[in-house]
Amino acid sequence: MTASIMTWPILSVVTFLPVVGALAIYVIRGSEESGARNARWIALWTTVITFAVSLILVQRFDPSSPEFQFVEKAPWLAAGIGYHMGVDGISLPLVILTTALMPFCIIASWKSVTLRVREYMMAFLILETLMVGTFSALDLVLFYLFFEGSLIPMFLIIGVWGGPRRVYATFKFFLYTLLGSVLMLLAIIALYLQVGTTDIPTLLHSNLPRNLQTWAWLAFFASFAVKMPMWPVHTWLPDAHVEAPTAGSVVLAAILLKMGGYGFLRFSLPMFPLASADFAPLIFTLSVIAIVYTSLVALMQEDIKKLIAYSSVAHMGFVTMGIFAGTTQGIAGGVFQMVSHGIVSGALFLCVGVVYDRMHTREIAAYGGLVNRMPLYAMVFMVFTMANVGLPGTSGFIGEFLTLLGTFRVNIPTATVATLGIILSACYALWLYRKVVFGAMVKPSLASIKDLTWREGVTLAPLVVLTILFGVYPKPVLDMSAASVNLLVQNYASALTAVKAAALLP
Amino acid sequence: MTFEIAGYQLLPVLPELLLLTGGMVLLMIGAYGGQRTTGLVTVLAVLLLGATGAAVLMLPAGRLETFGGSFVLDDFARFMKVLALGGSAITLILSREFLSEPSRRIFEFAVLVVLSSAGMMVLISAGDLIMVYLGLELMSLALYVVAASNREDPKSNEAGMKYFVLGALSSGMLLYGASLVYGFTGTVSFTGIAAAAKDGSVGLVFGLVFLLAGLCFKVSAVPFHMWTPDVYEGAPTPVTAFFASAPKVAGVAVFVRVVLTAFPDVLQQWQQIVVFVAIASMALGSFAAIGQKNIKRLMAYSAIAHIGFALVGLSAGTAEGAQGVLVYIAIYVVMTLGAFSVILAMRRNGQAIEQISDFAGLSRTNPQLAFFFGMLMFSLAGIPPLAGFFAKFYVFVAAVKAGLIALAVIGVITSVVGAYYYLAIVKVMYFDPPKTAVDPVRFEVGGVVAAAGLLNLLFFVYPAPLISAAGVAAKSLF
Repeated sequence: MTASIMTWPILSVVTFLPVVGALAIYVIRGSEESGARNARWIALWTTVITFAVSLILVQRFDPSSPEFQFVEKAPWLAAGIGYHMGVDGISLPLVILTTALMPFCIIASWKSVTLRVREYMMAFLILETLMVGTFSALDLVLFYLFFEGSLIPMFLIIGVWGGPRRVYATFKFFLYTLLGSVLMLLAIIALYLQVGTTDIPTLLHSNLPRNLQTWAWLAFFASFAVKMPMWPVHTWLPDAHVEAPTAGSVVLAAILLKMGGYGFLRFSLPMFPLASADFAPLIFTLSVIAIVYTSLVALMQEDIKKLIAYSSVAHMGFVTMGIFAGTTQGIAGGVFQMVSHGIVSGALFLCVGVVYDRMHTREIAAYGGLVNRMPLYAMVFMVFTMANVGLPGTSGFIGEFLTLLGTFRVNIPTATVATLGIILSACYALWLYRKVVFGAMVKPSLASIKDLTWREGVTLAPLVVLTILFGVYPKPVLDMSAASVNLLVQNYASALTAVKAAALLP
Repeated sequence: MTFEIAGYQLLPVLPELLLLTGGMVLLMIGAYGGQRTTGLVTVLAVLLLGATGAAVLMLPAGRLETFGGSFVLDDFARFMKVLALGGSAITLILSREFLSEPSRRIFEFAVLVVLSSAGMMVLISAGDLIMVYLGLELMSLALYVVAASNREDPKSNEAGMKYFVLGALSSGMLLYGASLVYGFTGTVSFTGIAAAAKDGSVGLVFGLVFLLAGLCFKVSAVPFHMWTPDVYEGAPTPVTAFFASAPKVAGVAVFVRVVLTAFPDVLQQWQQIVVFVAIASMALGSFAAIGQKNIKRLMAYSAIAHIGFALVGLSAGTAEGAQGVLVYIAIYVVMTLGAFSVILAMRRNGQAIEQISDFAGLSRTNPQLAFFFGMLMFSLAGIPPLAGFFAKFYVFVAAVKAGLIALAVIGVITSVVGAYYYLAIVKVMYFDPPKTAVDPVRFEVGGVVAAAGLLNLLFFVYPAPLISAAGVAAKSLF
């Protein structure tokens, strides 16, 4: 029905427009200097236009319907494996998050990337296609194609434009994620053989046998837990974050990690409800460990990016906890937390990039007293620090509060221990802020440091606005996802009660 | 049609006759014209291979048999023959440069490739064990000579010698296995064996093991892989590209046909062997490649691993499995020819370079070459959306469907191990500082690189034709 209203395949356009931009960069050549300039502008325009087109999705999206919208179908690989795209209230926020953050990534790389600019911009544009595709694919094999394909550009981004230990970091990133994903591929094959199709809407409505659910859940878990990342398979993340260029870190923290959470929401919970209920205690345990342990680890870091990376692991713990609570608040909170963390962590890495571009170090000890020379920066950084802490009035609060609320109704000890995470996040985030921004400016190297340029200001200002806007008025995001979240919760609950009822029968 | 000899239809073997006659004509041209006809003979050989491929496709559809069922032309044979002929033709295109140097103007090279291709076609169409042996020897004898075609290079001679001695040993084993199978079933024809071998008697299984040992040697599967790294490294690069493509196609084809049509009822017996060979090949290929410094040796271990993956599909013993093998081998041939054409293109000051460290910074000195090679490496590692992913996908679908879950899990995990060394090559090209520039790439080599690279890159856009063609071909075996 929605398909008939549309006259053009809008979702495919949003997905593949960046590739067109990448091709344009490839075709348009020039000298080193002009080629780089062209590449930057083409990349910026492509991402901005993609974002603009994706806003049409928001405008035409019907938030009252939990169904997939903007659906496109075409035959592709074989019977049962087709090209099937569509978004619902869970994936649309993540699609918009992706398209919205990409222009900032391009602007953030404007001056800081001077080496092989054309390739850099092409890699980012291709990455954008793969990320948007991951969130809008409605066929498992297609999803896997996008999901796994995103490893290639990210491998190159970290490896070519990264820091001194980039080779180690990028190999670790690639192989860790690949190992998790290949097991998921086998589970996808098993589902295909069981149901005869990899069409996601069909799979969502097919009651899979319990045994298959358990194994498939574990295989999907292997992939998403690494991607998310959950404790104890999170160790690739700090390395990758530290070595990646600023925009790479932003994409990694803001979007790539969300693929794991999205996977749990799209596949694990609705397709394998029985297994999800069985394994929920495992998820709760790992989430709580992630929240407390990685927060403590973050306290001990000497590198700014590493600290934020560990804090990301902790914040993703809230997401997994909320999702597997299986309650409306928990899941809505999980979706919101993903969007919020996407904005906040992305912005924090941009903030790190600002000082890194000036000082070329990420050592916390190398900074101090920045407020004296960079008042604007100090203010912006403070907003994001507070959002990271989860201060009421910032978007971070809403997500963490909702996930805690949702979990509290299901499992009180988990929620109680997880609440400690909020205190600990205040410890490390405020400690970082004090060390970097406050205090006397004694280091001679900092004496001539400049405040935000207009370019950096333009990048960070919208993110400040969004962080505070969603903090006081989270309705747009929550409304967008409400119908889909409700349907998900209903189906999950009814699947569980059906089994319980069957078990009670003599 | 009245086209027959001694009561046997000749229509099904028309392409083979065309190829052999053409090969003889080329030999005469070379013999009377001397070394200066090398270029001409090579070009004519490429055209001949193309014409033969067209002839294969133009024969009447369906299953054709002749020589009392010894020679079978079905959709499976058509698929594999076109693939093998394509591999041979591309090899000859790639070898133009190798043959252009004054000391190496050997017109016999093209003739030998043509004769070897004729052997492959016989092998692919073999309907009984005698035909298998005939085809195998015709193919292999030409290959032994081609391996040593760089006469002044001791390494090339060593490669030819090694290949010959070990190849003779494996042919002996195959023949011994064939004689045992004949002894216990009383027939050499595949349909006859299938009818007689309802129960796996010990003697029959004994014969089967030797038969499979000989076949494993030809496709370089563990534990009969030892010749591969040395021959790949020692033989001239165009020859290595040849070894890695067309004979592999023929070897896999006969492997598939023998186990699926001659031993369908003793699946239990051969499945264990194929599963073991698959696991051992995947594991050894993946782990042993890590330490390699020479790109041709690395490609040899990569070939061993890839044969392991192809055999994963075969071990299912089903039509899906055979389809998986066909898709796998077709995509693998494209990837490997692409990779070897890049290796051929790598020359510095007129000297061929083969060390992996020589690829350092290629993305700066020749971005196109580095890009295509990088994508081929990702594809060999099986990363979507590149073609190599679809190859692996189909063999694993077949394995999971046949209940070989453990095999599939081991397979995907070794593919992660394998990804490490493919990534290491990408790392050398993209992350390491550049060395001095490489020579400009020759036109025909660049063309093959671009064609293979684009096929590999864009396969996902329209994969259906290959998948369905492989499906049709696989069904013709059952």
